[in-house]
Amino acid sequence: MSLLAPELAQAALGRALARGGDWAELYAEERTGFAVSLDDRRVERPQSGHEIGASIRLVSGESTYFGHVDGLAEPDLLALADSVSQALRQEAREAVAVHTVDPKPAFAVAERPEHVPAARKVGLLRACDETARGAGAEVAQVSANYAETRRVVAIFNSGGFAAGDDRTRVRLGVQVVARRADRVETGHETRGGHAGFELVADRPEAIAESAARKALTALDAVDAPAGRMPVVVGNGFGGVLLHEAIGHGLEADAVQKQASVYAGRVGEKLAEEFVTAYDDGRLPGEWGSDAIDDEGTPTQKTTIIEGGRLTSYLYDRLRAHKGKALSTGNGRRESFRHLPLPRMTNTYFAPGDATPEDLIAGVERGLYAVSFGGGQVEPATGDFVFGVSEGYLIEGGKVTAPVRGATLIGNGPEALGAVDGVAGDLEIATGFCGKGGQRVPAGVGQPHVRIRALTVGGTG
Amino acid sequence: MTLEQAASAALAAAEAAGATAAEAWAEEQRGLEVRVYHEEVESLTDAGGRGLGLRVFVDGRSGYAYGTDLSEAGLRELAASAAAGATAADADEHDGLPDAFGATPVEGLSSPGVEDWPTERKIDLAVTVDRAARARKGVTQVEQTVYADQRGRAAIANSFGFASAYEASSAWAYSSAFAGEGADLMTGFGVGLAREPGGLDPEAIGGEAADRALALVGARQPESRRCPVVLDAFVAASFAGFIGGMLSADAVQRGRSLFAGKLGDEVAAAQLRLADDPTDPGGIASAPFDGEGSPTRRNALIEDGRLATYLYDTRTARKDGRETTASATRSSYRSPPSVGTSNLVLDPGESTLEELVRDAGEGLFVTDVAGLHSGVNPVSGTFSVGATGRLIEGGELGRPVREITIASDLVAMLKAVRGVGSEARWVPFGGSVKAAPLLLDAMSVGGS
Repeated sequence: MSLLAPELAQAALGRALARGGDWAELYAEERTGFAVSLDDRRVERPQSGHEIGASIRLVSGESTYFGHVDGLAEPDLLALADSVSQALRQEAREAVAVHTVDPKPAFAVAERPEHVPAARKVGLLRACDETARGAGAEVAQVSANYAETRRVVAIFNSGGFAAGDDRTRVRLGVQVVARRADRVETGHETRGGHAGFELVADRPEAIAESAARKALTALDAVDAPAGRMPVVVGNGFGGVLLHEAIGHGLEADAVQKQASVYAGRVGEKLAEEFVTAYDDGRLPGEWGSDAIDDEGTPTQKTTIIEGGRLTSYLYDRLRAHKGKALSTGNGRRESFRHLPLPRMTNTYFAPGDATPEDLIAGVERGLYAVSFGGGQVEPATGDFVFGVSEGYLIEGGKVTAPVRGATLIGNGPEALGAVDGVAGDLEIATGFCGKGGQRVPAGVGQPHVRIRALTVGGTG
Repeated sequence: MTLEQAASAALAAAEAAGATAAEAWAEEQRGLEVRVYHEEVESLTDAGGRGLGLRVFVDGRSGYAYGTDLSEAGLRELAASAAAGATAADADEHDGLPDAFGATPVEGLSSPGVEDWPTERKIDLAVTVDRAARARKGVTQVEQTVYADQRGRAAIANSFGFASAYEASSAWAYSSAFAGEGADLMTGFGVGLAREPGGLDPEAIGGEAADRALALVGARQPESRRCPVVLDAFVAASFAGFIGGMLSADAVQRGRSLFAGKLGDEVAAAQLRLADDPTDPGGIASAPFDGEGSPTRRNALIEDGRLATYLYDTRTARKDGRETTASATRSSYRSPPSVGTSNLVLDPGESTLEELVRDAGEGLFVTDVAGLHSGVNPVSGTFSVGATGRLIEGGELGRPVREITIASDLVAMLKAVRGVGSEARWVPFGGSVKAAPLLLDAMSVGGS
């Protein structure tokens, strides 16, 4: 379906440039979604949304002027263009004619989620509930949530460029609470992707099993050790450490403002020879994948670290122009109500030669951090803090007792330099990334990775 | 179509779609945001929008749908989606519209300044904040300065015949400054909140960002210790926000709160008083009615160290056999009402920050915490968070420190409050919180 006639897009872009500017862009979007959850055995909060709107961005030198409007009515779009143009007092510029955009899905969607009856979605939630409750008598509470979104976007800019994308994402998450006397622990698992209903319809019980196992295991957890020690980070969601502590620092807006510890360090050797990492927005079906970014640039696989050397930052159009580089297809935005920013897509360490067992066997006393509950990083310094949601002691080269309350505290470049082993079991997990008040889906991933030494803040 | 007309048309559409009861929440707002870098406009956003959320009940089952198309056809589609959703849900005997509706008069929610100030003047304000931060000696960079404002209207209508609306405006500015370089680079954040731009002090906001960064230059990891801790207002607000979330009856009833079963119990030191107040015009989240049309009121949460009440909406109140505290919040028309805090107010005490630091003697002054939401177990309340700040030596602020972990549990921490500062202020951390510095008895502080 065509969201917006090219003639209207061109007229609006022309009006936006009526008082000057280097270029202008119109971003039109139709968003639909449905979500439903289950908690305490009860299906609740079915929610549907349907929004249509557009934004216009006018760029002049280092300044951006931006506005957005609900709906795609011609008078509203032209009024928006006029309003945005008011910021400048220069010579008018022409907008080059744009062609028709017919947004199409770039990744396979075998079963369109919006065509699946709500009862089947609820069925997934009930199956997860049952599976999790069956995992052990100590499972006290289960909640599960299902969400689908579809974003059809069309992007036109005054240089005559136009592109579209039709993005469908589904996600199924399970949270399990386990209780033994006064001890209460939780476990989470999520599966999501740029895909159709088939992704979550395939053995949803596996998600519940994993969440339940984490909660039950945590009941036996001992207090986490404190101090500096080797840390083996788990595959999949363990990659959030790379995302937070390194990835954000490679986003060109932070770099250009000298607000990143990685500014001016492309080409520098930051890690051992065997460390390579990518940001890849083209991985078929992955959570952070799209055909194009939110400025219409095709997504790509960008090597950010190769053979231990920092090779590239992540650019949107604006920062690419400023940095005399090409956009890497990382100009992403939460919706038509937001300005694009350089954002990661799917960011991960490339698989190495070791096995997870090798990495663990090499640790006399340390921490096995399987998954994180979240974290925070200061991109300017690279300092980070992560809560370990599933962790184990490593003693004498073997994984022993589960631990609770562990926190990893460190610094991005230091931790990267201390990576001394990478396994081959790459996995990409489902994350949400917040930046500048915008939340976008981001894939985080890695194989098992070992860090020589990291500060573990524990309770024990 | 006005918001009121859209809300009323949505109710009619809901009835036609088979709803036995319904509630429409419509909003329109206009906002401006200026981002400044190096005293120049980096981006200027001027935008508006409107939308409507419709909650329907069909024989005890509820569904929700929202959208931006407020035409008759758009509202019919919305009503059909909400009703279809409801058929997938399980019935909930406690759910439904409130028993009583109304609007509490709250003065001063809307100020003409947001509309009256021309854009150029707002840009000047942002540039003044930026310049004030950059002017401090030792500031190496101001990463970003932002001024933003918003004015809007919200209208509610339900099938019991209640309809009301209110207007509100807000303006805020913040800046993020760096001091020091390389591995010694430290950041500082300054912020101000008001109903209109005239209520902001740009020099103070920029100066605060700079001063907070400068105070941390040269920070090192200290040795582990057990010592009294002073939390500044920002940090106290973050903790208060987390505790406020745990006081939601929804969290309690779902077994996700450490405060479950503790109503009336001693949960904090006697001098700690915490309230949720949606009627304080100083609080950005104030409103005459909550997200489901119950008239708002001030709710004391922790009084004389005892847990006075949880926060309730209609559904959670019925489940506990109590009355709603009018705490159904809505982040926008895109979300159905859910229990939450409005403005948390930590009652200020008698001591200045200087006096709290002096009383601490040998301790730690915390100006930033990281990882609060990943580092706290909401059920047990145990936490381990990263912290930055300064040592307290001989009753005075000493050398800056970083890479610290503070581990404790929330109730133990609340009971350890030994002093509450007199310098209370509104901060946007942990929601909308009026916070004051806190002095805590010895806590375990992890370093090298």
